[in-house]
Amino acid sequence: MLRVLLSPFRNTSGLARWILVAGLVITGIFVVCAIFAPWIAPYGFAQTGEHGRFPKMAPPSATHWLGTNDQFFDILSRIIWGARTEITVVLLSVIIAVVVGMPLGLFSGFIGGWVDRLLVFVMDALYAFPSLLLAIVFAFLLRGPLGGGTVAAALSLTAIYIPQYFRVVRSTTVSAREATYVEAARAIGAKNRTVMGRYLFGNVIQSVPVIGTLNAADAISTLAALGFIGLGIQPTDASEWGYDLSRALDDAQSGIWWTTLFPGLAIVLLVTGLTLVGEGLNETVNPALRKRRIRKVRLPSRASSALVEERS
Amino acid sequence: MASSAAIARGGQPVVDARDLRIWYGSERGPVKAVDEVSFDLAKGEILGLVGESGCGKSTLGRGLLGLLPPGTAMDGALLFEGEDLLSVPRKQMLARRGAELGMIFQEPLTRLNPLMRISQHFEETLRTHEKGISKDEVRERALRVLRVMGIPPTRYRSYPHEFSGGMRQRLMIALALVLRPSFVVADEPTTALDVLVEAQIIRILHDLRREFETSLLLITHNLGIVAEACDRVAVMYAGKIVELGDAREVFARPKHPYTRELLRSTISLRTTGLNYIPGAPPDLVEPPPACHFHPRCPDAMQICATKAPLEQTEASGTKVQCWAADLAAGRVELGDDERAPLVREEISVADEA
Amino acid sequence: MAAAKGSLPRYIVQRVLLIIPMIWVLLTLVFLLLRVAPGDPVSAAVGGKLDAQAMAAARHQAGLDRPMIVQYLDYIKGVGTLHFGKTISDNRPILDVIRDNGGATLTLTLGAFIFALAIGIPLGLLAGRRRDTVTDAVIRIFGVVSYAAPIFWTGLLAVILIAPLGWPTYDIASPETKFLVPAHTHILLVDALISGQPGAFTDVLQHHLLPCVTLGLLLSGVFIRLVRVNLLQSLKGDYVEAARARGIPERLVIRRHAFRNALVPVITVIGLQVALTMSGAVLTERTFNWPGLGNQLVKYIDARDYTAVQGLVTFFAIVVVIVSVLVDIINAIIDPRVRY
Repeated sequence: MLRVLLSPFRNTSGLARWILVAGLVITGIFVVCAIFAPWIAPYGFAQTGEHGRFPKMAPPSATHWLGTNDQFFDILSRIIWGARTEITVVLLSVIIAVVVGMPLGLFSGFIGGWVDRLLVFVMDALYAFPSLLLAIVFAFLLRGPLGGGTVAAALSLTAIYIPQYFRVVRSTTVSAREATYVEAARAIGAKNRTVMGRYLFGNVIQSVPVIGTLNAADAISTLAALGFIGLGIQPTDASEWGYDLSRALDDAQSGIWWTTLFPGLAIVLLVTGLTLVGEGLNETVNPALRKRRIRKVRLPSRASSALVEERS
Repeated sequence: MASSAAIARGGQPVVDARDLRIWYGSERGPVKAVDEVSFDLAKGEILGLVGESGCGKSTLGRGLLGLLPPGTAMDGALLFEGEDLLSVPRKQMLARRGAELGMIFQEPLTRLNPLMRISQHFEETLRTHEKGISKDEVRERALRVLRVMGIPPTRYRSYPHEFSGGMRQRLMIALALVLRPSFVVADEPTTALDVLVEAQIIRILHDLRREFETSLLLITHNLGIVAEACDRVAVMYAGKIVELGDAREVFARPKHPYTRELLRSTISLRTTGLNYIPGAPPDLVEPPPACHFHPRCPDAMQICATKAPLEQTEASGTKVQCWAADLAAGRVELGDDERAPLVREEISVADEA
Repeated sequence: MAAAKGSLPRYIVQRVLLIIPMIWVLLTLVFLLLRVAPGDPVSAAVGGKLDAQAMAAARHQAGLDRPMIVQYLDYIKGVGTLHFGKTISDNRPILDVIRDNGGATLTLTLGAFIFALAIGIPLGLLAGRRRDTVTDAVIRIFGVVSYAAPIFWTGLLAVILIAPLGWPTYDIASPETKFLVPAHTHILLVDALISGQPGAFTDVLQHHLLPCVTLGLLLSGVFIRLVRVNLLQSLKGDYVEAARARGIPERLVIRRHAFRNALVPVITVIGLQVALTMSGAVLTERTFNWPGLGNQLVKYIDARDYTAVQGLVTFFAIVVVIVSVLVDIINAIIDPRVRY
């Protein structure tokens, strides 16, 4: 069983595997930061002083490894705490999107008819819409009642991703309904539930990790973008990298680089890590892209040449 | 040894393959798809190559044209018009592709570039081998070939998707032949087509020698086609050619048990009961030792599992690799324990191929 | 099954007619979304600055006290006649906002797109051709990172690096150029060109460089990935093997059969990146203080100006639909199979 699971890993040539490993390592670091933030970070995310106020916009130094920003916050701490924010929000939004989108897709594909068509139309429209704009609209709406916290941000993101899961599950459901292997399974007496469960689920479950990780990568970008525009999370509620970058706008013209470099680097690394995981998974799971390892063959010398009759 | 037909026509064989081996790598070890295969082909002759799926015939076909995937190893001698293609620099071998060596593939639906018109396909092919040829001349030669294939000149500028499967196969054949190669490999050309279309295509291939004097290697698993169109037939099993001879002779008096079983399992209007060969096609990574067919052979003897039979020639000219055939023809003397029937377990479950 | 002449025009007509229902759905969606918000837009936009009576008057003026269905029909009719309404916070017709700032966004996105194509397609083809080599790895990493890096970050870094060199990093043109160039097309780049003012065009062009390259880099990451995957798919094509069997030299096989066929589906997908481009434009404009529609959108979001946000988002939606239809048409022109 383990061998079956690992066989795509062993079968692909080195690059796909490296991609996956690299992605997992990078993402792993941030996850560790997220979980252990209170113990790893030198200061709190909204802390402006310890024994007296922190300096404002100080370059990297021994006490503040990555410097401080214009709100007197320590940048390194903001980054580590930020990992917690990003991962929490993204995890929340992806989970909700899956929990809402998948059953909806299953239902829609199963029931067919005008309900299905209506849902498809709506989901396609949502899907075609620029995701950031949609997120902006949702964030704009939810700001009022929910304030600027993590939940509001997560919900804004959820809406963008529901159509993706909806579509995947729906198309699998629809094709599974008609598929010959479903007919065959029914012909040998399998119950509907078994058929749907085993065949459907297996197909869908395979694509979810890939879509999920790529979603997560996109979600972090979008969250940061929302933060940059000012629709994200308030700095006193939690640390958010995009927001910090929006504060760095003015600094850029005067040559202050540390308020820009580090939060942005964090975003790049985390998104890259997640993308690598998603792409790596895609290459190993998707047989069309997989490249069989080329095994060179050496032909041994002919054993029976002495016994063969002389050819004229 | 060149076939009697070739000698009769008084010429050197167009293709003379000797002890070809084509192996490729896999998880479990080298797959011996083609294991010491020899045959020859005279000018204008059609040789059928039959066998079950997975016996190596497609690999052989591709190997003859140098279309093997990377990592495949090939050795032996492949004499084409006297020159050994395997010992010349690869570039030289590749240069003859298209112009002197042609291939007709199995799935016609996907073998033409959907973005290019038929005329562009012809222009590309002809211009590659005859630089400086004018568009008009391309058109003229293309139309000539297309006419032979039964495709009207009005369709010359159409796109591939505007043609049916059968017509696309005819286009493929036309493209393969426009340069008049002396040797063409047809790899299951009609498997993807329906029976009526199949008959047309086979007729076209059969007439090739009249029109173009092409030597054709026709790879198929359909014995009916072979009977209809081929001069000689080679029967392949587990990477080896077990019987090779004149088509009518082999069909009337098959010498190898596998050939016999194949013919028996063919269904015709006179079939009353279904015959089949028990067991599954052999694993090409570790084929059964000695004679590869012995686990499934109704005439298997003890010696078949211990010593591999050598290729011998029957009086009729058919070549065969089989101890039973040797015994029947009096070519060998076998001891009592050697010729005792082989005891095997009941083949009740199909082995993993 | 002869080729139906005139099937291409018919296809085009079909696609164009499809625009109307698509836009209608999006409009309805936008309308519903914004109406779903609790609280009302006026108090959100001007609350605190006016007393209750003035607010009621403002509400009445903005037509927000009418029944929902009336508002909806009015809105649809308005869009049909290109009337996107008026902003609440500064009482400008939204059409004016679009007119004044649309040109800047247009030149920004076009420039970025061109840059992205020029970089993305060749690199993607190269990576696919040399699969699993170091070249491939480097290009793919570049593709991933350029997509992962937020525009505002790359932009800011560029500003930090370039500003000391004296190259313009802010706004679309220097104040003098903006003052001197009369507005004809409302696209500053074009107006500068036709104005005949010395140095105006170069000035605007210089200001374009940094934002276009920044946004273009982001897009190129996506393009690289798309092109590469498609090339790998097409290299496996049966017609590729058949071409090899006809003796076509390998480099021609790759160029004519693999590359070209790989790019066909890619063109469609690239065209659909207009959604991504717009999101990117919003962020880029904020970073470089670019006077485009994206910047305006953010400004009205800050002001909690509901109608303005609705109008601008509607406009974006319409642009997305029109561009996607155009892309479909281009695809039909290139790929003869699509027309049937």
